[in-house]
Order: sequence, then structure tokens, then C-alpha cells
Amino acid sequence: SSNEYKLNFKKSKEACLSYIQDALLQKQWKRAAEFLTCYVESLEKDYSREHIGPSEMIWRIGTEILWHHSQSRMKEFNCFMEQMKTLGVKRYLKVCLEHVFHLLCNGQIDEAYQNLSLAESWRFGEQTAIQDKEIKLIQAYRGLLDYCSWSKQKKILLEHGEDGFADLAVEQEMHSYFRKAAVNLKEIIKIPGVWDVFVKCYVDLLEFYGEHNEARQVLNEYAYNSKFPANPNAHVYLYQFLKRQGESKKSLISALKILHDIVPSHELMIDFNTMLQKSKKRKKRQLGLEVIFAALDYAGWKENAKAWSCLARQVKQIVISEKHLDWIKQEWNSRKDWWPDFHFSRYLAKRNWQENKSLSYEKALVAGILLGRDCKYFKYVSHQGCKAQVKRFRMLKKFVTRHNPVYLKISG
Amino acid sequence: LTKTEESTSVYSGSVDGSLYLMKNQKEKLRMTMPMTLSFCYLALLWVREPITLSELLRFVVEGHIPYMNVFQHFPEKMKLCGLDLKIFCVESWPLYEEVFNKMHELAAFLDLPRFPDITESCFLHPDMLCMKYLMEANLPDELHNWTCRVVKKIGIGEVDFLTLMPGNKSTRKVKYDVLAAAVIVVVLKLLFLLDDHYEWLLSEFAEERNKNNTEGGPYFEFKKWYEVVKHSLDVEQKKLDEEKAKYLWRCEKPLFYSVKNKSKVLKRRQMVVNLQNQFGKLSGSVQRVEKPNPSSFQLSWSEENTDGSCFHGHSLKGVLQEKCGLLTTMNPDYWLCTVKLCNEKLCGHLAHYREVEFPQSYHFVLGLFSFLLRIQPSYIHDEVCMIEHRLFNKKLCKKLKYNTVLRK
Repeated sequence: SSNEYKLNFKKSKEACLSYIQDALLQKQWKRAAEFLTCYVESLEKDYSREHIGPSEMIWRIGTEILWHHSQSRMKEFNCFMEQMKTLGVKRYLKVCLEHVFHLLCNGQIDEAYQNLSLAESWRFGEQTAIQDKEIKLIQAYRGLLDYCSWSKQKKILLEHGEDGFADLAVEQEMHSYFRKAAVNLKEIIKIPGVWDVFVKCYVDLLEFYGEHNEARQVLNEYAYNSKFPANPNAHVYLYQFLKRQGESKKSLISALKILHDIVPSHELMIDFNTMLQKSKKRKKRQLGLEVIFAALDYAGWKENAKAWSCLARQVKQIVISEKHLDWIKQEWNSRKDWWPDFHFSRYLAKRNWQENKSLSYEKALVAGILLGRDCKYFKYVSHQGCKAQVKRFRMLKKFVTRHNPVYLKISG
Repeated sequence: LTKTEESTSVYSGSVDGSLYLMKNQKEKLRMTMPMTLSFCYLALLWVREPITLSELLRFVVEGHIPYMNVFQHFPEKMKLCGLDLKIFCVESWPLYEEVFNKMHELAAFLDLPRFPDITESCFLHPDMLCMKYLMEANLPDELHNWTCRVVKKIGIGEVDFLTLMPGNKSTRKVKYDVLAAAVIVVVLKLLFLLDDHYEWLLSEFAEERNKNNTEGGPYFEFKKWYEVVKHSLDVEQKKLDEEKAKYLWRCEKPLFYSVKNKSKVLKRRQMVVNLQNQFGKLSGSVQRVEKPNPSSFQLSWSEENTDGSCFHGHSLKGVLQEKCGLLTTMNPDYWLCTVKLCNEKLCGHLAHYREVEFPQSYHFVLGLFSFLLRIQPSYIHDEVCMIEHRLFNKKLCKKLKYNTVLRK
């Protein structure tokens, strides 16, 4: 800062960090390295009373620079990480783990595995107990790499199987990887957390060896145990498992219901709606309508022809049966103010017609029912469709014209 | 074991390190690293070397004078450890005020006699220093006449005022560099008013004149000067800020508190050196160049530059007028920095400078000399107040602080 002609150690290092931060944010790796060179001497005065001390700063900043700098090589990176491991016993396992991540990003799976094994065998008095969580993570990642090896062996085995060769050695190796992976993966998913990749791999292993009950238990825990953070993926995994197991529609629906509650815009909502539409229960069919309307509230779904066709099918069916128009009315109530501009503008009509005829067909049907045959969208699309002499558009026009009074009941 | 023997074996490398630190709580004159600079400057003053205190401190910070890691130069057998570190480990830049005050305490303590006279031909005389600073500030040489006039009028060029009399409590201690800078500031106020309005007006007239009439040399334009100097100042300030961030405090020879942590300290030093090498290579072409030689001038301007960025030869005709055969300023007004001076002995300052209370031009000018002398603007502001009160003491109608004769 200008007009300050005093300087002490602490202030100059603070200023140095500030320059490093600016350089990092602007991806100026050379400049960051230049200032880091001046910063490192604060290691000699590392009292670590600060929340983040110099050694942690140097570890994190140095990692960033070495990872991105064009002249930096993996060899230097590894050498640096080894130095950082010696800098602070409390941070040892964390540094090991992050080093492993970088090795994996660089495709060095074997080195990563070696590092994980080494870290796992680390002992340092009471620190070992204190850093228990990090050890579990390290074991979990080693389990993950074991799973990858298992996967590779499985692939080889299946290929040999096709050729008619039975390879005992490969099979035994595969089983050994399974045991190693299972032990570690099982442990980590006991602890509340977000463990998508571990859960998926563990379930994959269990299914292969026929342990379906345990797999179901694991997935249920992961999805329904309130100690675990809310995670839409947990429900997706459970649903996919139940589907593979050929479970009843009832359990599939119950799994997806929660997903709809948490993430109404999830891509599985199409499957969900399809299932619900076919249900014999009235309440389920109504839920289906609710689900598909909710999904189409999101901008990401605007051009999804499949979603529109689901909605169109259900709306058409309701109109023809002349029953449950109140369902549509209820859904349309909160949407009639903004859906017309959001989905059914003249501009969108033109664009949809140009880019995707099927999409415009489905949307036109819905627009025609909800807004009447005089609405901009329907008018434009049906006119274009009839002009192009496409049969289904002529049918559409007839259908909507016939049921025109419906929109009055709906919007009334 | 006697107390001394105890202390040597455990707490410090020196014989009496811990005792020294313990006993001197009450006595103000304890030998410290900054005090070595006070000693140094006393000596320089005694032989009247052409160097100011601000220059000395700047050379220290730039590494031309052993100070920061001075123990590197100690003989092998002098082993520092323990509490010695508190004395010899320097972790902050020396402060002007601190060195200056200790200097005077030291001179009194040593019972030194009156120092050799500071006369008009001395480097430290305001007439000489003003010339140097005018050059460095890229101001017209003609301003020197005015600084000399002010110096003469308020008597700060007198031998008795300038020469150091150790132990004399009645005379004000003179900061030669700050005083000279303050004189220039006052002269600029006299000629240009510096009220954020008048100086720009004068500048416009000068600009007009310079456009239409190129013979006889250019008139000094405040606006042009401001732009040129501000640009250079900003560049230098930015460099200084980066240097502060890159400042290295340690050296190859590490210090350790005790024999016990010697190996740990050496390991750390080795790691630091390794990391410096590793990241130094990644710094690109920016290698640490050899230290440039110490330079007395931080800003330099050459009249050979054809872009007109040097104002030394410019004329003040645009801001002066002739009245009754005397050359006087066109500016008829003057504003005082403060109407009442504070009691320096009580609160340490003659006035309290706050940027928002003063015109921007004034702040800029203070900032310029603040940069050159590497001290807070408020120190220069204090001296400006002192000078103004001497200059306008008649108009102030208050009891004189200094025993000076009334002037016309």
C-alpha cells in the first residue's frame, strides 16, 4: 500500500500472498512462482498460530503452480509432494490423498496404488487415531482401485469365456481383488457421507456375486438413512437396482416418488410419468400428470420431445374420456400466467416447426387443449402442418377444433 | 554456577544476553540494531558527509549497508543463539523517527560537544538540499530562488539553527531532509496556492501562452508537470510495493535458538533453499539481477528528452509579476495548514494530517516527497506547519513559540 514506508516480516509476507493470489486467479503461473519463491522463507518461522500456516499455504499454492505451469514435469511434482509430506505430521495423510488424486488424473494408476498402500501403513502415535477419517478415505480409494482391477480381470475372463478358455489364474485374481475391494468399500459407506462412486462399485460387486439382499440393504441405507445427507443419486441407484431385479411397479414408483420430491427436473421423470400413466389407480395417474407438468417447468426440458409427448398423450386421454378435467385445471392454474410466454410464443412456434416437427406436433396438441385453437402456437403450427399436407397435423386440427370448449372449462 | 555462567550456558551465546534484556526495562538507552544506525548517522553528521538520514535508511533497506542479517559477517567464534536472537535478528525496516530520536538521546548521553557547523556550503544546508530535491521532483530551477528567500526569511539557514547541540532542549531538532522538502512545499503553495483550483487556472494560461509563443523557452505548466511526475511516481510506487512483497529477510546462515533445535532449523533451511530453486526456475526469465549500485537519486529527468518531460529549464514567468521593481507572485493568497500548532512534547506532533481535510494537489505534493524520503506524509506536514507559522507569525498574533525577532 502506498504511503506506508514501514515494513515488517509479517506484513511483507501478507503482501506476498496477496500478489500470489492475484497471479493464481489470472493463471499467471510464472508470476505466481516468482512470488512463491520469496514466500517460502516463512517456513523458517512457522509457528502455525494462524488458522492456515505457511506450510499449508506453500503446499496448496505450490501444487497449483506445478500442476498448471507449462514447464513443470510430473517428476518435479512428485518430488515436491514428497517434501510437503514431511512438513506437517497433522497434514500427512491429507497430502498423501491429494497426491494420489493428481496421480490418478495423470493416469498413473500403479503409482497411485503404491502411494495409497504406503499411506495406509503409516503410524504416528496418537495422530493415527486422530486422522482416522483420512485413513478410511485412503482405504476406500484403495478399495476403488481394487475394484478397477477386478473389473479388468472380469472383462478378460468374459472374453476368454467366449473363446472357450477357462483361465483359472485370472479367475482367482479376480476373486482376490473382489475381497480386497469389498472389505474397504463396505467400511466407508457405513459413515454418513456422499459416497456415490463407492456405493455404485460395491453394489456392482455384490450383484455379480449374487448378494442381492445385501445390495438392497446397502442401497436402502444410502437412500433412506436420515443421517446421510440428502442425495438424489441415492434414489436413482436404488431405482435402477430395483428395475434390474424386476421388482414390482409399486416399489419402483415409491423409489421414484422421493426423487420427484427432491429433483422434479430429473431425467427419470419421463420413466416415472410413463409408469404412473399406466397405473390402474386414479391417484397414481393424477400424480403422473403432476410429475410431467413439474418437469416441463424447467428450461432444460423445453425442447424435450419425449416429455411433451408424455404430456400430450395424457392430456389427450383425459380430454377424450371427459373425466378428470379438474386435474388439468389444477395443474394449469399456477401455470397459465407464464407457460404461454415460456413455451407457446409465436417465436417458439416458428423455431420448433423449423427444427423439430415432432416436438412442434406434441406441443401444439397441448397448447391447443390448454389455450384453445386460436392461440398463437397452435394456429401457426397447425397452419404450417396442413400447408405441408402432413396427415397427423390435419388430424390434430380436427381434434382440437372438436374439443375447443374444453379450454374454457380449464382456464375458467 | 553464578548467574552469568548460568545464562551463558543455556540461554544465549553471548555472555550476558539474558541479563542484558532483563535489566534494561527502565533505562531507555538500550543498544539495539536501530541504534547502531543512530550511531552511524551521528558519525556521518559529525564529518558532514553528503548523505541524509532518509538516504541512509533507504540504503539499508536496499541492502547496501549491512544491517538486516549482519550476523553473517561476524567472526566464526561469535556464536549467536538463544536470546541473542532477540537482539540481532532484524525483522522490520528501520523507522526514521526511531533512529532520529535515539540519535539525539545518544548524543546527549555521550555528552558530545557542539557538532561541526552546518554552513551554507554544506550538503545538509536547506539551500543545497532544496536544489537536490527540486531536481529530483522535476521542478524548475527558478524555484530555487524562492526556497532560498523563504529559508533566509525564517532563519532556518542560520548556523546556530542547523548545527546539532547535544543535550540542548530548547532548540528544535532539525530533520534536514524533511525540512528542505517542506520548504519546497511551502514555496509551491506560495506560487500556486494549491487549492485544487488556482494552480490549474494558472496552468491553463501558461498552456495558452506556450501554444502561441515558442520562443524564449516554455513557461512552466502545473498540469503537464503533474501528469509527468504522477506517471513516474505511480510506476515507482508500484515497483516499491512489489519489492516489499518480495523482500527476503533470511540469509544462508540460519540462527537457532538452542543446540536442541539446530538440526530442525538446518533441515528447514535446506527445504527452503530447495523450494526457492524449484520455483525460481519456474519464474521464467525473471532472474534476480545483481543489486544495482546505491543511487542518490530515485527519479531522474533529462533535458535531452525531446518529449518535454523535463521541467528544470522551464520559466516561472507565467506565475510571477513585477511590482515596484520586485518580482512577486501572481497568487495573492495563502492558506495555512493549521491555525494553531499542537504541543509537540505532549502529543508528538505539531499538527495532525488527514488527507480528506486538504486539497488533492497538496496531498499529491506531500506524497511525492513522502516517497522520495520514505516517510509518512504527516512528518512533512508537521514541518510545513512549522515553517508557515514562522513565515506568517506577525499575521497570527499569538505568542511566539520560538524566540525569534519579528520580521517585516
